[in-house]
Amino acid sequence: MTINNSSALCIEQLSYAYSGKKALDQVSFSIQPGECTLLLGPNGAGKSTLFSLITRLYDSREGQISLCGYDIKRQTRLALAKLGVVFQQSTLDMDLTVMQNLLYHTALHGIARKVALPRIQQELERLNMFERRFEKIRQLNGGHRRRVEIARALLHKPALLLLDEPTVGLDVPSRLAIVDYVHQLATEENLAVLWASHLIDEIFPDDHLVVLHKGCVKAKGTVTEVLAATDSTSIKDAFYNLTQGEAT
Amino acid sequence: MNCLHYWRAMSGIIGRELWRFITQRERFISALVRPLIWLFVFAAGFRAALGLAITPPYETYILYEVYITPGLIGMIQLFNGMQSSLSMVYDREMGSMRILMVCPLPRWFLLLSKLLAGTFVSILQVYVFLGIAWFYDIHAPWQGYLWVLPTLMLSGLMLGALGLLLSSFIKQLENFAGVMNFVIFPMFFMSTALYPLWKMKESSALLATLAEYNPFSQAVELIRFALYGQFNQQAFFYTLGAFMVFMAAAIVGYNPSKGMMSKKGGG
Repeated sequence: MTINNSSALCIEQLSYAYSGKKALDQVSFSIQPGECTLLLGPNGAGKSTLFSLITRLYDSREGQISLCGYDIKRQTRLALAKLGVVFQQSTLDMDLTVMQNLLYHTALHGIARKVALPRIQQELERLNMFERRFEKIRQLNGGHRRRVEIARALLHKPALLLLDEPTVGLDVPSRLAIVDYVHQLATEENLAVLWASHLIDEIFPDDHLVVLHKGCVKAKGTVTEVLAATDSTSIKDAFYNLTQGEAT
Repeated sequence: MNCLHYWRAMSGIIGRELWRFITQRERFISALVRPLIWLFVFAAGFRAALGLAITPPYETYILYEVYITPGLIGMIQLFNGMQSSLSMVYDREMGSMRILMVCPLPRWFLLLSKLLAGTFVSILQVYVFLGIAWFYDIHAPWQGYLWVLPTLMLSGLMLGALGLLLSSFIKQLENFAGVMNFVIFPMFFMSTALYPLWKMKESSALLATLAEYNPFSQAVELIRFALYGQFNQQAFFYTLGAFMVFMAAAIVGYNPSKGMMSKKGGG
């Protein structure tokens, strides 16, 4: 099996099972720098399992995952250094301030304080959160917490940003703001993005799609390619056809 | 990846844990109330019932309160170790453990840092407890307060590693009640924390044997001797060995391909 060095993420023939029950079956796809890929699938499709494997929280015996050419199993630390993650559940410490949470993250990535502080300022300013840096996370609403998590995921300058359903539970304006911002990051920062979602209105026309259903990749490619392959006129129809009516 | 990276990460983990402990006033107070109740209520009531012979490291007759002080120090560290393990299960369920696990450092190092952080917190608790006990007329030689520091590091690491190991087995927070019943209580009561080994032998040889091989007993004895400026070699090596075994097993437990993490389900 060869590893594609130019890909930010390359997944080949990946399978995973929980107690004999297959959660992922021969999954393969890759993401290039500057590409925003939406991982679509209904609940239970295997999206979170795939994320746990990419982040090395789980280990797979079948298949291969590489980040920027680094094998996640054999070169774990080099691979993880290239990765920024926003998990589905909030992973911020509620009792610490925004600044303390971000400084903790930079410490884990070995970033010196004098380098960390201007980076934190830059990321928070881009998300209009700098003024709130000394507030405890508990005092922020869901949308603002998500912004802090996105800012945190970018502090160590990753090549690939993973977002596991980051807009769940947010109101429409907060959701749109995050969708716009992440797409802007992919374009302007040449950042590769893998965004797991089951909400099809989060897709932009230039996005790439991977449709996952019951652990299998049902379709992949640009929006146009997926529409053509499924003979559909809208992503909603294509998703409906591929998942046999389990769209949300 | 260089030494500075390791140093910054470890400082970050320890600093976060200490900050959380200091700012969570209820946790601080409840950590102290438990051993103090044992000292002020249980020990005072039990004093008359238990006669103590002169045994090392004590060179004279002592009050029961003096005898159980090292045991209560062990109790603070035991509960703190289990509390850390509980918070790790909680963090894992709530997700914040993931941020730690996906940072680009070896997992054993992250676990060790977390363990050190918990140990520092427990040492802080112990010294505050010793300070209050001093006002209650429980005095150790002044150098004992210094000698006890490295032993508290080792005993704290050993009990923390046990907690870490248990947390790798516990799938849900609800299962943690079992740890209280099956680990903390047997470990504490089947030890030399509350009564000396010779006293236990009088009533049950089996109980005395179990207490003798209980790593918690050895940690308590290590602390007891250190508090009086003496080094208990057997207790030291036993505690060190137990720490290494628990830590190695915890690292395997947290390995995504080998341990319990591989058997856990996910979303």
